[in-house]
Amino acid sequence: LNLKMNFTAEQEYPDLSQHSNHMAKVLTLEMYANLRDKQTSSGFTVDDVIQTGVDNPGHPFIMTVGCVAGDEETYEVFKDLLDPIIEDRHGGYKPTDKHKTDLNPDNLQGGDDLDPNYVLSSRVRTGRSIRGFCLPPHCSRGERRAIEGLSVEALGVLDGDLKGKYYALKDMTEEEQQQLIDDHFLFDKPVSPLLLASGMARDWPDGRGIWHNDNKTFLVWVNEEDHLRVISMQKGGNMKEVFNRFCTGLTKIEELFKEKGHEFMWNEHLGYVLTCPSNLGTGLRGGVHVKLPNLSKHEKFGEVLKRLRLQKRGTGGVDTAAVGGVFDISNADRLGFSEVELVQMVVDGVKLLIEMEKRLEAGQSINDLMPEQK
Amino acid sequence: MASSFARILSSKRKVGILSLVGAGSLTVGFFLNREQHVDAGAHVRRIYPPSAEYPDLRKHNNCMASHLTPAVYAKLSDKTTPNGYTLDLAIQTGVDNPGHPFIKTVGMVAGDEESYEVFAGIFNPVIKERHNGYDPCTMNHPTDLDASKIRGGQFDDKYVLSSRVRTGRSIRGLSLPPACTRAERREVERVVIDALAGLKGDLAGKYFSLTLMTEQEQQQLIDDHFLFDKPVSPLLTCAGMARDWPDARGIWHNNEKTFLVWVNEEDHTRVISMEKGGNMKRVFERFCKGLQEVERLIQEKGWEFMWNEHLGYILTCPSNLGTGLRAGVHVTLPHLSKDPRFPKILDNLRLQKRGTGGVDTAAVGNTFDISNLDRLGQSEVQLVQTVIDGLNYLIECEKKLERGQDIKIPAPISQFK
Repeated sequence: LNLKMNFTAEQEYPDLSQHSNHMAKVLTLEMYANLRDKQTSSGFTVDDVIQTGVDNPGHPFIMTVGCVAGDEETYEVFKDLLDPIIEDRHGGYKPTDKHKTDLNPDNLQGGDDLDPNYVLSSRVRTGRSIRGFCLPPHCSRGERRAIEGLSVEALGVLDGDLKGKYYALKDMTEEEQQQLIDDHFLFDKPVSPLLLASGMARDWPDGRGIWHNDNKTFLVWVNEEDHLRVISMQKGGNMKEVFNRFCTGLTKIEELFKEKGHEFMWNEHLGYVLTCPSNLGTGLRGGVHVKLPNLSKHEKFGEVLKRLRLQKRGTGGVDTAAVGGVFDISNADRLGFSEVELVQMVVDGVKLLIEMEKRLEAGQSINDLMPEQK
Repeated sequence: MASSFARILSSKRKVGILSLVGAGSLTVGFFLNREQHVDAGAHVRRIYPPSAEYPDLRKHNNCMASHLTPAVYAKLSDKTTPNGYTLDLAIQTGVDNPGHPFIKTVGMVAGDEESYEVFAGIFNPVIKERHNGYDPCTMNHPTDLDASKIRGGQFDDKYVLSSRVRTGRSIRGLSLPPACTRAERREVERVVIDALAGLKGDLAGKYFSLTLMTEQEQQQLIDDHFLFDKPVSPLLTCAGMARDWPDARGIWHNNEKTFLVWVNEEDHTRVISMEKGGNMKRVFERFCKGLQEVERLIQEKGWEFMWNEHLGYILTCPSNLGTGLRAGVHVTLPHLSKDPRFPKILDNLRLQKRGTGGVDTAAVGNTFDISNLDRLGQSEVQLVQTVIDGLNYLIECEKKLERGQDIKIPAPISQFK
């Protein structure tokens, strides 16, 4: 830090003239000058926060965030930069707003009967960070290994439907690797420059691994983009069961961590704290793979999704296009709504989409079914 | 100091925070401001003991991994250079890139001039291995840029298609590409292009900044094979050299297109002298003249190149220490290249062959890139003379084989003169 003080803020300020990401929209020279002599207790600086956004100018059509957190304190020390980004990215969420956490699956209405003729699979994912440790862009090898150790220990206690096994990336056998690939569970070293530029892939594959239950319906990634990524999934349309398992598993894991004197990063303003500001709050993406060949061709499809606060993707993931009329439909929001509220939106929304699809199949209109803006 | 102390204790971090290294004095490294700057570098904060941080190098095959024992790591892991560069930063590229079973990479970089000293415990054995036994502790590196000492060096154009000499230079007082801040990098650019603007005669030229160049300029530089691109090799990107691209990067060349300088790519500067044909002597003369002129011009402004008597010119990668010099030609040797004794002849002459596409390419047809193997322990004049003498021998062999005469493998020449 002392080194950078040898030069003025102007001399250090990045050239953002070609840039189109949230960070570039917000980071003026004045703001940079105010933040550049600060750092978190672990030594994370504003330059560390923005490096990925400086190195990746962005795309004219896709607005990336351009910032990461190196630890929990980042969101506090650099709030002048991150608050406006959060507000812009999360639909106007203000620095004074409170985020509600609700992981009680009994609060979800319905969701067990999405038509399996249309819904092929259901899935809910989120992330968790262990308080007191630096996040993937900044953690040392010792910290990352400690995170792995604590996680494996906690997951090892799970039983019943959740009983499972951990596969460390650097120790897995060829057979184990192939099985994980076949199950679509294996994650690889990040190749996206968005992630590489922030330092998340350092020391790969040290301290990384995949845990899943014997039934292959509950999966945890350790030390990929976040400390933990937690996924509950199964074939068919029983989102209620998926969400039940999700909540039960998360709650159990949290208990196990607490027994050992650890907790997840959480506060009442930002909810669960994760590496990327886009995943704050619930960090939750709940969705289905659903067949909508007719509705997807309808001129109002986009508008319907927008009003339902849903988002479409191809079934290959965030950057893919849909194939054969099958879409990944999930909640668009992360922060400012609880887990139950978001999954409820998915359940209610997908039900409506299927109804519309059936109408169009029968050659009927969907105008009377158009929803209000949620 | 007292307030810093209180701040650390009241921090929210409760887990494992006070398992300290050393005598229990809390590190205040991250609260240092300029007035409290300590020459030897403050201790880096560690929450875990070195044994918990030591990288897993079991699958690795690079020079760093060969020499970074847990004991060496433990000794150096809490040290920093005055700029704050650490051992973990230096070795990151080697940890992230285990290497190849056949090609042994270096696996570490310097973030600043002081890195080679503060982390000598690992750099020295790496240097010794990479530079064939050169010991920085006991040996001195000769620098000699007097091109008038060169004998011969004008090859038959029938065999030699082009001649080239390259090296690098670092500006003392500014951090190297893995560690430099944006302002430092911009300062390197400013200092260098200021000096280059003072070059005259056949060296007069122009600078093309990567951020500002026009489409036409870009196309011309591509056609001239001058344009360098953002590094994609993970060896470089993992070391942090591509940060903030393309800020403060650019290419300078003289109007005659025979003298070229890259700014802020892998090193502060890379300097290249080249021309078509076999006049290596003239290429080296221009090389020396250009380098000496640039050095004089930066000295006028109070700057100098990083250099010391043990390591010669200081560059980012330990493989480029000493002269940082690679002098070579593109040469066709249709008969000799098919002779099974060719590799041994090259070896004894202390030469290396590459494809004409660069370090990782295979030769096409019978045309090779032939250059010096060594960088450190011999002077520029000695290395270029080695290339010239070696090439003369190779061309003689080629001619003999053309005439149906036999050739001999030469005696190996000595490594350190």
